Amino acid sequence: MKAAQVIMDTGTHAAALAVKSARVDVIPGYPITPQTSIMEAIAGMVENGELNARFIPVEGEHSVLAAAVAASAAGARVFTATSANGLLYMHEVLHMASGGRLPVVMCNVNRGVFAPWTLWADHQDSFAQRDTGWIQYHCSSNQEVFNTILQAFRVAEQINIPVMVNFDGFAISHCLMPLTLPPQEDIDRFLPPHKPEWRLDPANPSSFSNVTMAAEYATFRQLLSDDIMASIPMVKQAAQEYKEITGMWDGDTIDTYRLEDAEVVAFAVNSMAAELRLSIDMLREQGIKAGLLRPRLYLPFPTEDIISALPKNAQVMVLDRNYNYGHPGGILASELKSVLYGRRNDITVKNRVMGIGGIDLTRRFMASEIRAMMDE
Amino acid sequence: MATSIKKLPDIEQVLSGNGACGGCPATMALRIVGKALGPNAIMLLTPSCSVASMGMTPKLGYNWPCINITFASAGSSASGITHAVEIMKEKDRLQGELPTVFSWVGDGGTYDIGFQALSAAAERNDNMIHFCYNNEAYSNTGVQRSGATPRGTFTTTTPTGKRQPKKNMPLLMLEHNIPYVATATVAYPGDLYDKVVKAKNIQGMKYIEILAPCYLGWQFDMPETVQMSRMAVRSGAWLLWEAENGKINFNNPSSQIISGKKEAEPVDEYVMKQGRFNRLLKGPDAAQRIAEIQGDIDREIAFMRERAKITI
Ligand SMILES: Cc1ncc(C[n+]2csc(CCOP(=O)(O)OP(=O)(O)O)c2C)c(N)n1
Ligand code: SF4
Ligand SMILES: [Mg+2]
Repeated sequence: MKAAQVIMDTGTHAAALAVKSARVDVIPGYPITPQTSIMEAIAGMVENGELNARFIPVEGEHSVLAAAVAASAAGARVFTATSANGLLYMHEVLHMASGGRLPVVMCNVNRGVFAPWTLWADHQDSFAQRDTGWIQYHCSSNQEVFNTILQAFRVAEQINIPVMVNFDGFAISHCLMPLTLPPQEDIDRFLPPHKPEWRLDPANPSSFSNVTMAAEYATFRQLLSDDIMASIPMVKQAAQEYKEITGMWDGDTIDTYRLEDAEVVAFAVNSMAAELRLSIDMLREQGIKAGLLRPRLYLPFPTEDIISALPKNAQVMVLDRNYNYGHPGGILASELKSVLYGRRNDITVKNRVMGIGGIDLTRRFMASEIRAMMDE
Repeated sequence: MATSIKKLPDIEQVLSGNGACGGCPATMALRIVGKALGPNAIMLLTPSCSVASMGMTPKLGYNWPCINITFASAGSSASGITHAVEIMKEKDRLQGELPTVFSWVGDGGTYDIGFQALSAAAERNDNMIHFCYNNEAYSNTGVQRSGATPRGTFTTTTPTGKRQPKKNMPLLMLEHNIPYVATATVAYPGDLYDKVVKAKNIQGMKYIEILAPCYLGWQFDMPETVQMSRMAVRSGAWLLWEAENGKINFNNPSSQIISGKKEAEPVDEYVMKQGRFNRLLKGPDAAQRIAEIQGDIDREIAFMRERAKITI
């Protein structure tokens, strides 16, 4: 048996290596910072024969996803990636992918949205796609990006729902971190070839997504809603089996740190949640019983796992890197409050918005914010 | 000589009992296309009359696997499918001959919202046939103007007549250096059939535009679709041509108009038979309006005659 290989790599290149390991067939792509280097790496791998796939250099992101969904409907395993305005530009086709039950996997490298222009990370772009019917992971390390793309294909192809794998621009996309690459035969064991139940096949002429009467349309929508919820056990199973095969674990629907006895719980996603572990250690040194709950899944929102993981009477400090316009504070806080309502009346939820447009979130800053929130 | 209509294959890919209007030129043209392509093909459609008439889920009036995609996306989605089937074939996951990947799209989905994606697919020379059935308006949404609507036309968004001439989309496609471009129309089914057979056997991007006189948008009597199509060609309002590897050849009877062997018929009769023009030709400016319509046609004939001489 071959041993795993450990290298130093950026988040975007880790994503490209995962795509190669997943033996993807078709990758339409278009550049946008900070995602661009994923597409450049994949184009290079296809060109030099490392990856036996088709890279389609289309002319914009609406076309990226339009090519992706169509290739998926033809039976191919399909990947793509984008950021910020690219993701917003895809909005119409995001709905087609989920409504059409096409298991495309896409990385979104989080970046603040226009206007005005910013290049740096916040989470407005991915959270703004909440109602498009995609499963959404949010990752906090380069390794987790690699691992999650493989798990995403497993889940997507199992339940025929597209999956978005989000991670922060620059902090993750462009920073070198150690990356463990499991042997290819282990990955092949974890992720078998894509065998869709249905595809565009001249031997079986059938229509795909034409005009549908209300009763059937409503049934399609109900099934999508039910199946998104039903993906939670699949997400857990994928994480568990990935761990059994590769030994690596990033959490399943959620990830926790020093949570069991915590009285103060930080609640956040992506790279700031990695940094928050250090803030938690600092707070613990100051005698505060702090812990971390990081949802890996934003959609479906891991309600049951959050409810059972939160310690009794905890104060939850939601640190949102986005705005929930028209409501006070951020989107994660609203989501959390709505699932706790009537189920965990012992929990207090407090919220701050921070890190917008890539403002640096250091362990010290976040620790002091949490301290200040305790006094509110 | 084009294949005689009597010699077209019996195969029917457009099944009977779909929801199109009687005399629908798009359905008529698709029927001929089906005879040329046969069943081993994958069809893409964008929102249009051809989608509205194909049957409601789960029924299907076209005998191909059909995917309806977002309006702007025929070019990119067809690229996705053509690459998918090619790589799956390379990886031994598809058996048999590769299917023809073709888009069946209106002028709205070709000239306007779909232009960017189609232009990019052409520039990449991806392997597909893009058919534009051109009824010179957005018929499905109730007849609004498109980039293919000729000057002087009434539509619901040009209530006093469109002020601008249409663009020459087939020529724009030719300027992408693609291996095959052709124009056709329903009054010349053998010509259309031959062009589709030719396109099917060429690798890369093929573009075929079919003038599709729509009784509803053009406001003529339903049984006159074919007659209107023939009048469009005889008046030179529609030119039949094809270009293999950039070299333009005109087809009969347009070739005779271009060579000067035959005069194009004056546009008056063609115009006066259609409510979309003649309802605006009741006032004192009627003569000037007809002259404008005639002027656009004359200019296109003269321009295409010269353009065809460039064979570098
Ligand atoms: C993004 C988007 N914008 C607008 C529409 C509404 N729409 C549906 S069909 C259509 C017109 C289609 O025109 P054309 O492509 O010429 O086909 P035809 O109806 O003439 O057959 C429009 C505007 C849509 N479906 N999607
Ligand atoms: S409106 Fe015109 S193009 Fe549409 S179905 Fe009727 S005849 Fe055909
Ligand atoms: Mg039209």
